[in-house]
Amino acid sequence: MAPDLAAAAAPGWQQDVFDVLKAAQVKHVVYVPDAGHSTAIRLAEADPSITSVVLTTEEEGIGYLAGAWLGGERGALLMQSSGVGNCINTLALQACTRFPLLMVVTMRGDWAEFNQWQNPMGQATEAALRLMGVLTWRADDPKDVAPLLRGAATMAFDGDAACAVLLGQRLIGEKEWLK
Amino acid sequence: MIAGGTLDRRAVVAGLLRDRGDLLVITGLGSPSYDVMAAGDHDGNFYLWAAMGSAAMVGLGLALAQPSRPVMVVTGDGEQLMGFGALATIALRAPRNLSIVILDNGHFGETGMQPSHAGQGLEFSRVAEAIGFPKVDLVMGMQGVAPLRQRVHACESLNLAVVKIAAENLPRALPPRDGVYVKNRFRMALGHAPA
Repeated sequence: MAPDLAAAAAPGWQQDVFDVLKAAQVKHVVYVPDAGHSTAIRLAEADPSITSVVLTTEEEGIGYLAGAWLGGERGALLMQSSGVGNCINTLALQACTRFPLLMVVTMRGDWAEFNQWQNPMGQATEAALRLMGVLTWRADDPKDVAPLLRGAATMAFDGDAACAVLLGQRLIGEKEWLK
Repeated sequence: MIAGGTLDRRAVVAGLLRDRGDLLVITGLGSPSYDVMAAGDHDGNFYLWAAMGSAAMVGLGLALAQPSRPVMVVTGDGEQLMGFGALATIALRAPRNLSIVILDNGHFGETGMQPSHAGQGLEFSRVAEAIGFPKVDLVMGMQGVAPLRQRVHACESLNLAVVKIAAENLPRALPPRDGVYVKNRFRMALGHAPA
């Protein structure tokens, strides 16, 4: 699919993710790619006022955003639920320094999952985040994405909290495996 | 391959921090934090006490948010091994104001001096060259410290230096462990208010 067609086909909530981050004055978008984040990643990469950083593993983003905040700037970490597992120990950095950590997590192993190898981490994602002191919200309906993310951004940036919005598979849609 | 080296880590770090001016410093957990603390606590220091593998990424985020200030990450070979992929992420961004200094004693010093990968064949300077760091130094003698300090302040290119230090546990110089205090102190020194 050509890029312009891909953009036209992307659901509105994907645009909402970027628009809310932009309105929250996010200057750094750091990510491990996922199809559900493709619109936000594309728009962030194209925005000259946003520094976009592709990571090799998700916990790199926690250190990065701590550093950006030390330097006075806001950011957000985009990842898939599998990446939450990679972040667990590094979340201590947020717990001990209380810097604003905003995460947007696309779910796998959550609903209508074809690949059961995604289920263990997908089923543990929200509980694991909460065990580490992260505030969480789930969006399964497109209309909930913008308000939930806006509220999470407020509590992260105004309250120095770690906040994650989980984007459910019912929102993202079933992945086509057999084409 | 060189397993560690002979340099006195405290003398190396004190040399790098001499007349530091507007230099901002991030330290990896363990001995590198003690080395930087031993050279004198400073509002422009941020010490990690956990999140092993994160020091270089904190440096990257800071360097990109503060492009006019020199940023130096001081860490150890063991800490950087846990953030191995971070070096690839950093090489892609290549901020001119970021220097990564790996104090390489070839061992996990904090946990009983077990030999590390760097002490058993892995050479970080070659890794950094292979993944595209534009400037890489291998410092084996004290005469290499002053030129490295100059490079850190010059902000002409992303650079990584491997400094071969002696494997020894020196008396600890403990930095503050209150992360919120160190964070706010650092941000206030840059003109930012606490929340």
